[in-house]
Formats: sequence, structure tokens, C-alpha cells
Amino acid sequence: MSKYTEEDLEQELKTKEYEYGFYTDIESETFAKGLNEDVVRAISKKKNEPQWMTDWRIEAFRVWEKMEEPDWANVKYPKPDFQGIAYYSAPKQKPKLNSLDEVDPDLLETFKKLGISLEEQKRLANVAVDIVIDSVSVATTFKKTLGEKGIIFMPISEAIQEHPELVRKHLGTVVPTSDNFYAALNSAVFSDGSFCYIPKGVKCPMELSTYFRINEGGTGQFERTLVVADKGSYVSYLEGCTAPSRDENQLHAAVVELIALDDAEIKYSTVQNWYPGDADGKGGVFNFVTKRGICETNAKISWTQVETGSAVTWKYPSCILKGNNSVGEFYSIAVTNHHQQADTGTKMIHLGKNTKSTIISKGISAGKSQNSYRGLVHVGARAENARNFSQCDSLLMGNACGAHTFPYIEAKNKSAQIEHEATTSKIGEDQLFYCNQRGIDTEKAIALIVNGFSKEVLNKLPMEFAVEAQKLLEISLEGSVG
Amino acid sequence: MLKINNLHASIDDKSILKGLNIEVKAGEIHAIMGPNGAGKSTLANIIAGKEEYEVTDGIIELDGEDISELAPEERAHNGVFLSFQYPVEIPGVSVTNFIKTAINETRKAKGLEDMPAKDMLKMIREKSELLEIDRKFLSRSLNEGFSGGEKKRNEIFQMAMLEPKLAILDETDSGLDIDALRIVANGVNKLKSKDNAVIVITHYQRLLDYIVPDFVHVLHDGKIVKTGDASLALELEAKGYDWIKKELV
Repeated sequence: MSKYTEEDLEQELKTKEYEYGFYTDIESETFAKGLNEDVVRAISKKKNEPQWMTDWRIEAFRVWEKMEEPDWANVKYPKPDFQGIAYYSAPKQKPKLNSLDEVDPDLLETFKKLGISLEEQKRLANVAVDIVIDSVSVATTFKKTLGEKGIIFMPISEAIQEHPELVRKHLGTVVPTSDNFYAALNSAVFSDGSFCYIPKGVKCPMELSTYFRINEGGTGQFERTLVVADKGSYVSYLEGCTAPSRDENQLHAAVVELIALDDAEIKYSTVQNWYPGDADGKGGVFNFVTKRGICETNAKISWTQVETGSAVTWKYPSCILKGNNSVGEFYSIAVTNHHQQADTGTKMIHLGKNTKSTIISKGISAGKSQNSYRGLVHVGARAENARNFSQCDSLLMGNACGAHTFPYIEAKNKSAQIEHEATTSKIGEDQLFYCNQRGIDTEKAIALIVNGFSKEVLNKLPMEFAVEAQKLLEISLEGSVG
Repeated sequence: MLKINNLHASIDDKSILKGLNIEVKAGEIHAIMGPNGAGKSTLANIIAGKEEYEVTDGIIELDGEDISELAPEERAHNGVFLSFQYPVEIPGVSVTNFIKTAINETRKAKGLEDMPAKDMLKMIREKSELLEIDRKFLSRSLNEGFSGGEKKRNEIFQMAMLEPKLAILDETDSGLDIDALRIVANGVNKLKSKDNAVIVITHYQRLLDYIVPDFVHVLHDGKIVKTGDASLALELEAKGYDWIKKELV
């Protein structure tokens, strides 16, 4: 059977005959480019979704069609051609390699710097591994332990099949389909993602990491994550793996929703190091993410993020502090180098009484990059005794980069206490000479200074994640001197 | 160990060192004294390799090897240590983490493995006792919020940890009260051996009561204009620098 050309596919889509059969050919597992209602239906159909899910997607699509791409962020990039993207692609079949010798040496070099074991390197680079590697057995044990506690942790596509009532109840309740342009797009076409449910009173005994999730087929362009912590439960969730990702998809628009019911706590940690483009600013991922969590009474949500990748980042993990005494935290390190642009921050929406939020943002800019913090602290009229503390520190390297801070404060209740501190510093020649004089070369000195600068946030990461994040900072800033 | 011959150096086209000569042998302590603006700190920074200064003529040899083209970290790896007059702050980096990095980077340059944590800990314990440094001090961010005395003590602590061949103490006595001065000087004396050398740059004779130099040099207008033994420092203290200046005329 000869393979389908894109035109063939397009033709079939038009005549609605796509529903049958042609997916068996692996090479043609990608939809034709472009987006319309039929494509949305086809995605839903392909995933064998129930009617309510299809309807939900269609509704999102109709909303999206009427929306315009936002342009208020402090980033400049060529607008993606939304009709030039293929919206469904089955898990990529990467070419299997026979040994590490066949792997891109740059990639291996990065693996080495991150201290990733040889076996793990093979797995990540898709080299056929003939012995059972650790992570497989870890994953099995992991699943068993979670099962005993009644914790659900699976791809969201599976959850839609196996736990439709839970997904239907919560999906889109924190980030409605109409929330923003990218969230609407994601809702219409999301490929896969993770679903996690922690039952009442259960403390999840281990860090939940997508890294260990079985059946992970690449993160995909439009990832959807939903985490529900039932009353009195606790979970620490790690997103992303610190291994370098060479995903060439230009546009990424993920949505993450966190729901912390009464007395629950969710810690959500992210390390993002998608391809930032080359030193001249060519290529790289556009990352437009919507992340938001809602806290019921006495609940707590902490976002911790280390952002070193992507050419353009647009991301504001937020907390809606709906319940009384609820707590929201945002700890962020955003590194930009070369021509990267990041506009990132948070929104803390205080609605309940005695709600508290903390924002610690560390921006590091090098090369010709632009790094913006954008944050909103909103205190509603009924939020008696709301408190916020924000600290935004910027570290500059060289004279060609930029750091910007856009704090917004809206206080509608007089009892609110809002504190904002901001500093901007530059890595000084004197600091570098001091380190050099002690035998530390400039590259290492910068890593040391940057790690020191970021310490308050690095400390919030789970231990092993923090170690890798530190190495990642070092790698991201390589070549930023001179 | 250190041999400087006819050294000329300038910064922003302003000539500061104008034909300076000095030779320091292993096991010796040299003091360099002189009025403000004589070029004392410039000399220290040039030996350490600070790039803002331009060496226009002359040679700097360490153990017979010309080091004037080496990067500052390479000079450090070769055993040059500078105790800074104004040590910089590095927020978020603890004293321990900093010295650990410095030691391991130096070892790496020599093709050695990282120092085992156990040995590092033992060494830190010994050296911090030597300088009467409190354990809590070691976990603080480098020089951040340190008093003048703490900063200088920290410099000497690093010197003790790095065990340099040639240590240059740039105005280590400034900002020290008498107790701190004694502790720092004791430290330096205990670290002294027949294999290393110390250059003490100072304004006043005070420090030299504790660290007794074999040679005292007077630096004036970019040159060493007088060299003597420890008694020269006392003479300077009594008579001031004008006496030397007059002698030169």
C-alpha cells in the first residue's frame, strides 16, 4: 500500500471518509494541516471519546474561532499560522537506533553534563535497550503502591474512558474553555496529558512524576493536565523531566488545572527546558501555557517552576484562593539567554477570608534576551485580612539583555496587606574576579552566582529535582560570557 | 618564587607602576608599605591577573615561569592567593559552598578528583578552629552582611583552605579591631612554612607587630624606593612617608 500524501488525507477529510481504516498505516498517523470542526470531531473520534467530551471540544472550538490571539505580553514573535499545523499526530515512532554511537553527539554531551546514567541515556535517545532498566521496575512498584492508596494517575485520555464521572466533573472548572485564546485552542484539540486524583485524606507517599507515567508518548503540542486533591489529601507533582527535549514542534499550548478541596495541599513543580532555538534565535518552541489552581477552605497550592527553555514563554501559574484561610505560593526561576523571551509570573486571586499568598520570582537574563515578570495580586471585596508578599529579583548578565517587572495590584478590601519588593542586580566584574582569583573560572563562577541568586526557589524543589535544576541552570547559561 | 622585573603597568592610559622590581623567595615574608596612591593595591591586583590593568613592560615570574599571560584562575591554580582589601558579596552562596567549589576547581585543573566530603569536612573543622571561626558563620552567604573583621577573617580562612604558595594580603589589617587583628595574624603565622611566601601590603606598622617581615619595601610613585628589614617599618611609623620623599629629591 502506497502511503497517503497530505493531499489524499485532506481529500478524505473533506469527504468525511476519514473515520474508517486509514490509521493503520503508521506513517500516515497524522491529520492534514488545518483546523475546523471536522478535525476536532475526528480527534475526539480517534480517541474514542464519549459524546460529552466531543461536545465539550466542539464548544471550545467555536469559542476559539471567535477569539483573537493576545498581544499584550512583552514578547515579539511571528504569529503562528493556526491553519498550518497538523492537530493530531499519533505517538511519534522515532527511528530506533542500535547504539549510542548513532545519537546526536550534542545531545549526548548534554546528557553527560546532567549526569544521566548510560542506560537512561539510551532510553531517552530511543536506543533499543535489551536489558530491563531501572525505571521500568520502579514504574511497576510505583503503580502498585498508588493503587493500594486509591490514587488515580494515568494519561487523561485513559481517564476519560475509565473515570469519566471524575473528569467530567472537574475538567474546565478552573480554566474554562473560553478563558483565553490558547486555553480554548487546547480544549478543542488537546492530544493527551495527565490525570491525577488523590482520595480524601490520602497523603500521596511519593512524588508523582510524568517521568514515570507508563505509556507516555512524548508530551505533545497540546497537553492537558488535571489534578484533583480531595479533602484533606496531599500530593507533590513533578512535571517535565530535566532531560533535554529536542521537540521541534513550534507551538505548545498546554493547560494545567489544579483543584485542592478543603484542607488539601498540592505542590506542583515544573522544570521546563524545551528547545530555546539556536544562539542566533532561529527555531525554538513557543510555549503558551495556562496553569491555574483553585483552593477551597484551608487548602494550599504551591507552584514552583524552573524555566530555562523555549524561544518564547507566556506562562502565569495562578491560584484562586476561594476558600477561607487558603494559601497560594509561586516560586519561579526564569532564565533567558541568547534571543529567548519570557513573559511569566502569576496571579493570586484572593476571594476568601484570611487568605495568604507568597510570590518569589527570580529572573535571570543573559545574551540578547528579554525577561519579564508579570504578576497580579487581586483582593476581592469579601477577602478580609488577605495578605500577600511579593519579591521579584532580576539578575542581568551583559548589556544587551533586558529585565522587566509588571506588578499589578487590585485591592478591594481595606484590610488587605500587600507587600512588594523588587531588586535588579548585575553580575559584577568584581564578583567574577574574586571567584577567578580563587581558582573558579568565569563560566563556573556565573553558575555559582546564579545558583546563589536562585537559592530560595531551588530550595522549594524536591531534592533530586533541585540538583538537576541546578545543572540545568549551568547548561542554559553556557556561552553567555564574553 | 616570585620575581618581578621592571614592571610597568597602567589603567585607562594612566601609568601607575613605573619600573618595579621585587624578588620574594620561599619561606620569606615581605611587607610593602607606602602612601595612598603609590600603587600598592595595583601591584596586588596585577600579580593576581586582574584584566583592567595593562602591563606595558616587564616580567612577572612564578617559580621561573612567566605568568603574565595567564588568566587569573590559572594563576590561582599555580598557587597565587590574594586576600582582598574589599571582599565582594555573593548572595545565596555559603562560605562552605564557595570554598568547596574553589578547592575542587583547583583540583580539577590539576587533574585530581573532587576532595572527598570527609576530608573536606575535617579540613574545614581544623582551619576554622585555627581562625576561631564559628560553625554558623560557614553557612552564611559569602561576605553578605559580614562585619569588616568577619570579611578579613574569612579571607584568611580561604587562604588556609587553599594552601597557596604565594599569599598577598592587601590591607588585611584595615577594618580590624585589635582582637581580630591578633587572630588573623596568628592564623597567617601558623600557615607560614619554608615552602610558601607572604606579601603583606599595609599602610601601618601595626600589623607588622604580629606578622614580622623579613623585608620591608617602600613603594612610592610606582617604584620600590627603599628596602630594609623590619626596623624600617618602625622608622616609617615614627617619621612618616615624607621623610622618604625628601630623601628621594
